[in-house]
Amino acid sequence: MENLNLFIRSIFIDNMIFAYFLGMCSFIAVSKNVKTALGLGIAVTFMLTITLPINYLLDTYVLREGALSWLGSEYAEVDLSFLSLIVFIAVIASMTQLVEMVVEKYAPALYASLGIFLPLIAVNCAILGGSLFMQQRDFAGVGTAICSGLGWGLGWLLAITAVAAVRERVSQYSNVPAPLRGVGITFIITALMGIAFMSFLGIKI
Amino acid sequence: MMSNKNVFFNPFSKDNPVIVQILGICSVLAVTAKLEPAIVMGLSVIAVLAFSNVIISLIRKTIPTNIRIIVQLVVVAALVVIVSQLLQAYAYNVSKQLSVFIGLIITNCILMGRLEAFAMANRPWPSFLDGIGNGIGYAIILVIVGFFRELLGSGSLFGIKVVPQCLYDLGYSDNGLMILPPMALIVVACIIWVHRSYNKDLQDKQ
Repeated sequence: MENLNLFIRSIFIDNMIFAYFLGMCSFIAVSKNVKTALGLGIAVTFMLTITLPINYLLDTYVLREGALSWLGSEYAEVDLSFLSLIVFIAVIASMTQLVEMVVEKYAPALYASLGIFLPLIAVNCAILGGSLFMQQRDFAGVGTAICSGLGWGLGWLLAITAVAAVRERVSQYSNVPAPLRGVGITFIITALMGIAFMSFLGIKI
Repeated sequence: MMSNKNVFFNPFSKDNPVIVQILGICSVLAVTAKLEPAIVMGLSVIAVLAFSNVIISLIRKTIPTNIRIIVQLVVVAALVVIVSQLLQAYAYNVSKQLSVFIGLIITNCILMGRLEAFAMANRPWPSFLDGIGNGIGYAIILVIVGFFRELLGSGSLFGIKVVPQCLYDLGYSDNGLMILPPMALIVVACIIWVHRSYNKDLQDKQ
């Protein structure tokens, strides 16, 4: 129940795009049409769901202060948390590479549609941001990490697809002032959608 | 080949990393509710960007192309760790406010963008200038956004009240919405609007 609540929260209230603005660079660049937006969204969801539990385990059993105590009492005071940034980004970069190779080997069709987005994901702030939030908030267990990873991913997917759909229409039917065309109006669309998402604040299951 | 002067000054406005190249938006939006964290963030990015550009430029001939992203990430991550430890030691309150966003400098697209586009193909000195220039271009936008958000949202600058009490007595009140994340997007959109009305060649065609 706790995890379900967290899952819903991660999609709507702690939304990566509308509440924290993580992964905005690829969000702005790729939200020109719904199809590619959906592809990138799925890739991000996938990576968040994989990397968050891995980084959680690393944080709990290797990096945190006292985390190494399972090796023996002389390691109980080792604090490696200053290494966490490097470890997290290394996990993310190598998982991206691994997933890319697996997908290329076993699902060529999926690779053809996702291909160009996979390398981009290593530098998507939403993925690293997820791991850093996980560390900051002291998650209770692997289940919590998976649930919020999936939730954050789906929230990102929801956001990019919704904004891409609006952008498709805007570029066809509206007469946007010339200096705002493209990027400018996308910012404003995202902002308005973010304000709408604030109405989810306080939802509890 | 661009001259060193162009390399340094172009990112200030004509080739600004935030409003023209659209890189590194995440942190611009997230840390600018107050002016002070915005400035600290700007300085951190200038430092990391300049030094990572130099380091990558020095070793650019020895990096194998197919693992260059990981090499770049590790160099950047090491520099960010240094910055974050320094901030925790000497500016603890600000580093608490910035929370995860210092760590997120690693995935700040400006860094990867400049490393890929410039440092991998240029000598160390121009790369250093490019790093400083782009860092300053980024910091300028951070400061502008932070200034308006803090002034209109809390009526203060650097935490000191600047809107006089008599205005509040007349019925003026702070716009609480400016503190909330979505307004950062609107402020940046306004900056883009103004900037592109002066630089017509940057406008989108259709």
